Amino acid sequence: MVEEAKKWEIIRKSREERPKIQSWTSYWDLPPASLSFPIKGCAGHTGDWRTFKPVINQDECIKCYHCYMYCPEGTVLIDDESGIVSFDYDYCKGCGICAEMCPKKCIEMQREV
Amino acid sequence: MAKTKIVDIVANPETKREYFLPGNATCQGCGLDLALRWAMKALGPKTATVSPASCANVVTGLWPKSAPDWAWFNMAFAASAAAASGMKHGLIAKGKGDYNVVVWAGDGGTADIGIQGLSGAAERNEDIIYVMYDNESYMNTGIQASSSAPRGTVTTTTPYGKAKKKKNVPMIVAAHNVPYVATCAVSDPMDLYDKFKKAKDIKGFRFIQILTPCPPGWRHEAQYTIKQAQLAVDTGVFPLFEIENGILTLSGKSKRLHDPTKRKPLSEYFSKKNQGRFKLIDDKLIEQLQQDVNEWWSWIDRYLVYQENLEI
Amino acid sequence: MVEPKFFEGPQKGNLAAAYAAMDANVDVITAYPITPQTTVVEELSSLVGEEEFIARNQKTQFMRMESEHSVAAGLVGASYAGARVYSATAGQGLLYMTEMIHWMVGARLPVVLSIATRGLTGGGWNIWADYGDIMGLRDSGIMIQLLGTHQEIYDSILMGFNISEHPDVMLPLFPAYGGFVLSHTSKPVKRVPWEEAQKFVIPKRDEWEHVWIDSERPMMTGALIMPQSFYAEFRIKAHEAQLKAISVIKDTMAEFEKRFGRSYGNGLVEPYKADDADVLMIGYGTIAKQAEDAVDVLREQGYKAGALRVRTYRPFPTEDILKYIKKTQIVGVMDRAIAFGNPTAGPLSTDIMAACQRYDSTRNAKILPFIGGLGGRDVTYDDQIEQFKILFDLKEKGEAPKKPYKMWGTYWTGLITGSDKVPQGEEEYFGDI
Repeated sequence: MVEEAKKWEIIRKSREERPKIQSWTSYWDLPPASLSFPIKGCAGHTGDWRTFKPVINQDECIKCYHCYMYCPEGTVLIDDESGIVSFDYDYCKGCGICAEMCPKKCIEMQREV
Repeated sequence: MAKTKIVDIVANPETKREYFLPGNATCQGCGLDLALRWAMKALGPKTATVSPASCANVVTGLWPKSAPDWAWFNMAFAASAAAASGMKHGLIAKGKGDYNVVVWAGDGGTADIGIQGLSGAAERNEDIIYVMYDNESYMNTGIQASSSAPRGTVTTTTPYGKAKKKKNVPMIVAAHNVPYVATCAVSDPMDLYDKFKKAKDIKGFRFIQILTPCPPGWRHEAQYTIKQAQLAVDTGVFPLFEIENGILTLSGKSKRLHDPTKRKPLSEYFSKKNQGRFKLIDDKLIEQLQQDVNEWWSWIDRYLVYQENLEI
Repeated sequence: MVEPKFFEGPQKGNLAAAYAAMDANVDVITAYPITPQTTVVEELSSLVGEEEFIARNQKTQFMRMESEHSVAAGLVGASYAGARVYSATAGQGLLYMTEMIHWMVGARLPVVLSIATRGLTGGGWNIWADYGDIMGLRDSGIMIQLLGTHQEIYDSILMGFNISEHPDVMLPLFPAYGGFVLSHTSKPVKRVPWEEAQKFVIPKRDEWEHVWIDSERPMMTGALIMPQSFYAEFRIKAHEAQLKAISVIKDTMAEFEKRFGRSYGNGLVEPYKADDADVLMIGYGTIAKQAEDAVDVLREQGYKAGALRVRTYRPFPTEDILKYIKKTQIVGVMDRAIAFGNPTAGPLSTDIMAACQRYDSTRNAKILPFIGGLGGRDVTYDDQIEQFKILFDLKEKGEAPKKPYKMWGTYWTGLITGSDKVPQGEEEYFGDI
């Protein structure tokens, strides 16, 4: 019974050993108080919120990374090797700040189809 | 200190990585999202954040998922400065005094309900960083005016426009003579980054106010978040400065805006076309707002004049 | 080895509390003055710099806060970090920190916070003993102990950490004692020698089991929980912890008695000649302690009176109280607090009546609610003898006697009723106006 009651202690383990997402099925398994674990997409696939998606013209891009800097969400990706800019469409909410702030105006907001 | 460049950020894996994870519940174009993202790049993972009731308590994730990839404590509205003070002392007692303890509070949680705790912690010179992310109203509850909302703002509790001017919180905090007070805006993330970086290495009470436009609350389109903050700075409505040990320095674009003639006209910012919340602003209100802005700058002038005399 | 300035002798209740917190080796103290608690934090501010503690390398941090709300918030923050924390407050201060007290319970933080109870204000300031302040938090999830002597204050705070920080419990504990009657008067108090106190008090842990600050194991607490998610379950967990605390309190009391030879009943209730009593008076705090004198006087007169002091009010010691009610069946319950609009106007009497309803053996017990001593008004042991006589009346005549100060089924001991309403022959029941 004691072991049963301490089932929840798995969440105390290291980041690698603990579950990525807590999933409890009953009162008896729960920890004494609620705590949450960080995960990308805690609000779901926020890319689904988009009406317009940013599309970059790589030929014009000067790699100034203003898009990376101004992106509220952190969904502008920069390749470690090539430095080429791309977007994380899973989570990009489509606010359009990157296109607005691009000094070369080489990001276009295209309607999602 | 030379301004950090974006290439330096991208070159360093520690700053390139995201601490405030993507896919959180902030709205499109959220100023808070951008501010927190850059603040954490400066502060790093050895940080414990205490955040009073605000958007930041909700957008960070419904249980059991969360967006902050570091220790985050949601807190009761009026309690954050005191809780952070206690947390710092608790961490010292447990041999973890090297953690940054940061309050991440909205303008309501700072200028209104949280100001007693803020003042108490500032007076005790607690070793914490207090951040006021200022979107100039209670956005989480559905856009109600706070004392940090500018005159004329239309909110759900000021349907005829707010009759009173915006409260000058950084100067209130500066009057406590704390080691560091700074203002920044999401229009200049590198300036924001540098100010947090500087604050991190200072011991004692540090206060940073960030102007974080809110598209649904300010009633502008999401892509204009940065432009709104830029305009607030360029018109002189929101001066950027640092006060280190009592010495004020204007920073970023505000450096050359001490001269009022260099500022953009207020009507560019306070206009119905620019932001829906300013729909009731007329010429008479613009005059009053100009007066408010002048008063705001007069506090900066007092510092500058005093500092000039110091040098003599 | 530095000689302690105080080890044994007459000591004020508040100072006994301060020494207990230091002897429990607390990490963080947050402080704000409020009468009649003030001298607790005054003393602590001085003790943290006292040679005795410095020589032991005790690093208790004293935080001078700017309000009670911040006192409680500071405790929450420090406790989140895993620190052992203590503070003290009273009356209005307790009300002001209420929000954070609920937070401690929800977050399951083991705080020990002592209360020098005082009357609440609105109609007029009052700073004297009245449990209305702490009783207002009886359903907040905190553990409440109501103390009767100066020594008990010291002992209860020392024991408090063992209960509060017990892994099965993890709830805040509020030891409460009457303002001025205990806080500012002196009676003999004996400290536990430092080394023995350290052996007795629960060992400190690096972090609590359910919350931590670690950059390698990031986590968030206090997130929004949807109705269909586990919010209700987490609330019920706190109730479960309250019930689990019952055995922890008993065990802690037994261990304390074994080591130091002092005890307060079983930690939950303290009976006095209750086993063979014909009538039983249940109460709490100093009034219940004084009832023991009334019992002695009545026993000399041939009345078999008994008293029961409820020492732990939350968790509610149902079994231990009902055990005695089952035996006597004629019971008075004396409250020094008023719960406006509740069935008996007394918090304890209503609780006891409710508990009695759950069992056949107590369902038909005759229970009379008494309320007195509000706002620090004296309740003499003559008053208490009078109360017992009412119970004996009930026992002999089968009916609760009418009294001018009996209203709505409750006896308002010491009520000033005015001379024109004094029925002939019953003057002795009234206060002299």
